[in-house]
Amino acid sequence: MIGIGKSFLGVRVLGEVDLVAAAGEVHAVVGENGAGKSTLMKILAGVHPPDEGTIEIDGRGVSFGHPLDAQRAGVAIIHQEFNLLPERSVAENVFLGREPVRRGLVDRPAMDAATARLLGELGEDSFGPRDPVRHLSVAQQQVVEIVKALSLDARIVVMDEPTAALAEHEVDLLHRLVRRLQGRGIAVLYISHRLREVFDLADRVTVLKDGRLVTSAATGELTPDGLVRLMVGRDLGSYFPPRATSAGETRLRVTGGGNDRLRDIDLELRAGEILGLAGLQGSGRSALAKALFGAEPFTRGRMTPVRPRTVREGIAAGIGLVTEDRKAEGLALRQSVRDNALLVARASGRGRRDGVRELLERVRLVPPRQDREVRYLSGGNQQKVVLAKWLTVAPRVLLFDEPTRGVDVGAKAAIHDLMRELAGEGAAVMMISSELPELIGMSDRIVVLREGRISGTLPAGPSEEAVMRLAAGEVAA
Amino acid sequence: MTPDALPARRSRRFAAVAGPTRVVFLALAGVILIGWALVAADGGQFLTLENVVGVQQRSAALGIVAVGQTLAILAGSLDLSVAYLISLTSLVAAETMAGQDSGIVAAIAAVAGVSVLVGLVNGLVITKLRVHAFIATLGVGLIIKGIVDHLYDGPAGRVPETFQHLGYDRIGPVPVSALLWAAVALTAWFLLSRTRYGYRVYAVGGDVEVARLSGVRTDRVVIVTHVLCSLCAGIAGLLLAARLGAGAPTVGTDGGYDLESIAAVVLGGTALAGGRGGVAGTVGGVLLLAVLDSVFNQLEVNSFFKDVVRGVVIVVAVAVYARRTGLLRGRRA
Amino acid sequence: MRRTLPILAVLAVLLAAIAIANPFFLEPAGFLGFVRRAAPLVILAAGQYFVIVSGEFDLSVGSLVTVEVVVAARLIDGNEGATWPVLLLLVVLGLLVGLANGLVTTLLRVPSFIATLGMMLVLSGAVFLWTGGAPRGALSEGFRMFGRQTGWAVLILAVTALVVVLLTRADFGRTLVATGDNERAAALSGVRVNRVRILAFVLSGASAVVAGILLGGFAGVSAQVGQGLEFQAITAVVLGGVVLGGGRGSVVAAMAGALTLEALFTLLNLYGISGALEFTVQGVIIIAAVAAGAVRLPFAHPRRSKGDAHAAS
Repeated sequence: MIGIGKSFLGVRVLGEVDLVAAAGEVHAVVGENGAGKSTLMKILAGVHPPDEGTIEIDGRGVSFGHPLDAQRAGVAIIHQEFNLLPERSVAENVFLGREPVRRGLVDRPAMDAATARLLGELGEDSFGPRDPVRHLSVAQQQVVEIVKALSLDARIVVMDEPTAALAEHEVDLLHRLVRRLQGRGIAVLYISHRLREVFDLADRVTVLKDGRLVTSAATGELTPDGLVRLMVGRDLGSYFPPRATSAGETRLRVTGGGNDRLRDIDLELRAGEILGLAGLQGSGRSALAKALFGAEPFTRGRMTPVRPRTVREGIAAGIGLVTEDRKAEGLALRQSVRDNALLVARASGRGRRDGVRELLERVRLVPPRQDREVRYLSGGNQQKVVLAKWLTVAPRVLLFDEPTRGVDVGAKAAIHDLMRELAGEGAAVMMISSELPELIGMSDRIVVLREGRISGTLPAGPSEEAVMRLAAGEVAA
Repeated sequence: MTPDALPARRSRRFAAVAGPTRVVFLALAGVILIGWALVAADGGQFLTLENVVGVQQRSAALGIVAVGQTLAILAGSLDLSVAYLISLTSLVAAETMAGQDSGIVAAIAAVAGVSVLVGLVNGLVITKLRVHAFIATLGVGLIIKGIVDHLYDGPAGRVPETFQHLGYDRIGPVPVSALLWAAVALTAWFLLSRTRYGYRVYAVGGDVEVARLSGVRTDRVVIVTHVLCSLCAGIAGLLLAARLGAGAPTVGTDGGYDLESIAAVVLGGTALAGGRGGVAGTVGGVLLLAVLDSVFNQLEVNSFFKDVVRGVVIVVAVAVYARRTGLLRGRRA
Repeated sequence: MRRTLPILAVLAVLLAAIAIANPFFLEPAGFLGFVRRAAPLVILAAGQYFVIVSGEFDLSVGSLVTVEVVVAARLIDGNEGATWPVLLLLVVLGLLVGLANGLVTTLLRVPSFIATLGMMLVLSGAVFLWTGGAPRGALSEGFRMFGRQTGWAVLILAVTALVVVLLTRADFGRTLVATGDNERAAALSGVRVNRVRILAFVLSGASAVVAGILLGGFAGVSAQVGQGLEFQAITAVVLGGVVLGGGRGSVVAAMAGALTLEALFTLLNLYGISGALEFTVQGVIIIAAVAAGAVRLPFAHPRRSKGDAHAAS
């Protein structure tokens, strides 16, 4: 890929990026959130056409109008969310849309045999071609996707954060698979946040930052610390509102909290303070927020003043959650701004119904029109509506899960100001963000999660490297 | 892999293959057993030739429609127009035959033509005009009903003796109509399990986006499915015309073939949302309903009581399936 | 209001066409007669609206209407004194049926299409089991008055309309629509999604009670009185622009859809199109109306966007 560039709605998210992957090479693509990794990979997979630049495979220029074009050209992409039919068998999924036929009929034996052969080549014997996909674990489903890629004779396999949802022992298995792919002469593009596996696996690393290429180098030429610096190093021009001078009373305390995704959580949220929650994808950040809120409650441990068992108990205890995925979990997109803003108040039968206009002005919705359907709003404005929804009930504890993801710069600053303002008024605020500079700039204290446990707590203003070390584990320790 | 994982997997696989289909056939066996006991206690004979034939006769028409409905539901659609189409095709058949043996071939061709046309309209309205299948097929059903009611006040046309054999003859204990049903069901089973088309029906019903991204032409699958579903309704129309000796404008709606066929499909374990289930379950569902009927007839239970039991059985069955899939999902999460 | 406008425009055109063909329609008696005829369907459409906007179906209302009328006739059996106690019983019966539909759909997770289809079989079977196959008895004058006298019918319709409009504006209505739009977001905002859905089914049952009382008076006792009304009600709601699958549409538009359907029937009669072809025209019109809606609103069924969750990772 040479000189790839892409803009969405006039925002340039990618510019002049070159990426060269050789056959039989594991090529890691790293960078912070918003660095452009996913966009680059989607261009390669034919999901988005590039605005500029060219793609060549085996020396021939190609252009993809549809994911199928990319597939036929030998590019297979394995998303974090799989494209599998749970009710169908492994073999049926692998050959979906191109089932082998003999005399006009689907050749099931051939299909099963081909799938079994590929599974065998990958050393996978924990399930067979006839097993329904719905009975497979996430790791096993990933293997199905890889088998599908192999059956397509893919020359290039893109894996997007493949270990994010895997347990530790499954990660080793995946790494072995990647090695096998490599051994077959396939170029593997491996997107990851986990630095350890980048150094374990990759022959080459490409670092992206803010949509630009920072460097592309052989892994041997880099050190973990150096790589972290390349990823996060940036101008310190960003502005964050001033921190709190002192934290107030404890609003919420958890001791020994746990459920099937979290263990031994000891945590305190204080009035006036913004607590940052750091961790890699899959480390349990969102699970912790949902546990505190009561949506996926703790099953173990103590929590004061109450341990909510349901969302309604959480809301009654004065807790609010700004969810990570605002379209799927935060908003009723076809309802008006007003209806969304009043949803919590109406559902809980508490809080205020008047003064929506003032509320919308307070969250800096521009323009503060109440009757528009929220699906027509920008990401930033949508997030402000979610905020307004919680402000109607004046929560004492407000949990923000990736509050500025997919939000433009102006709205981002407004949301930051609001968070600080709320803390200043005595709310306890917790913030999850994958964007380290943001997390560090905003937080009065940072708690780092790793594999469902708290791996450390840092005071205000730690270095990004310090956070990364706690989040990623043994790397450079 | 741990040593004890294998047997666990085997049993799960077995449960998955058997699944609701096994449940419905177990229920069928249970109903036959209980029915036999009840009738025997009542001093009657349940498993008589007459009864066995009766059950098959009763289920044939509904069974054929339900096979077509299975295809539609598996593909994530449904067809509310079948009852009206049955009435229409019974009339088309009887009118074309007009009592002459020479008209039979033409009549079958005409019925096929009408059915294909209706199926095409259903499929095109759903895929190209993007009208919800519920409204699309309800609308097409109303259009057919209007035309039929406008043209006919009562039975019309005449079916020649030769063709009436289809309705009443039997070979040993097996009525010809049941053989026709078996042929239709086997064809559909064959399509679903052995052809690319069948695989794609499951894919489209399971997840349209996944199917599309895998290169399946989803619209075409839905259209073909509706054509096949309508053809099944047409075959049922032919069968009913053979039984009645004429075409009748209300034969489809009186039999409640639209909702009953959907109920039978769902009773057979096919998910209303599509992508899961099959023809075998539907056959079991239809037989279950027919055996229930037969038991009640033997016991001379009020016919309205049958409806009550029928409604309860359908809801309970689906509730049981919902629980089972819920447990599986829960384990996966 | 914006969403109600298209159906109101269509309704106005149809009413004008009726008036041109039959000037009597412009006189109060003529117009109110039309409103009285339309009242049962309008009320059923209002009830069905709540269910559809929450993302469900209620196929049991037609048979519930039949049950209400048949039960009333048998219990009252011409006895004036029994009118009010029986009315009370009918209300309770309707609410219980709605409650059962709601519980089976939400707690047992049976798709509402099947749950209410089962209810339809149970209801029609049970009522004729009880009456021995054919409706028996007779309604009292006091009962028939509601459907027969234009004043009463119009008043009941007006009150119902007022109540449902208030309900949709109340917290219940807004949280119900939000549930139909995005169940997960609603639940995470503290909406008791099962409870609001159950309440929607109860309201649908209540609407069948009122429609049954009106139809009993208007059309008299028969086993066919409610036949096909569930499909007519769903058609009316969809005609009013309410989206199957939930989350979108107004109850005023749904009721206007019912009036439009009734106006269409009236018009077809006036222009001498036989009662039968009426169905054909109805079929064409609902497909056309929904297709037009689908074309105009390409985002009416937002695709499940798989990419969003990890778009920025």
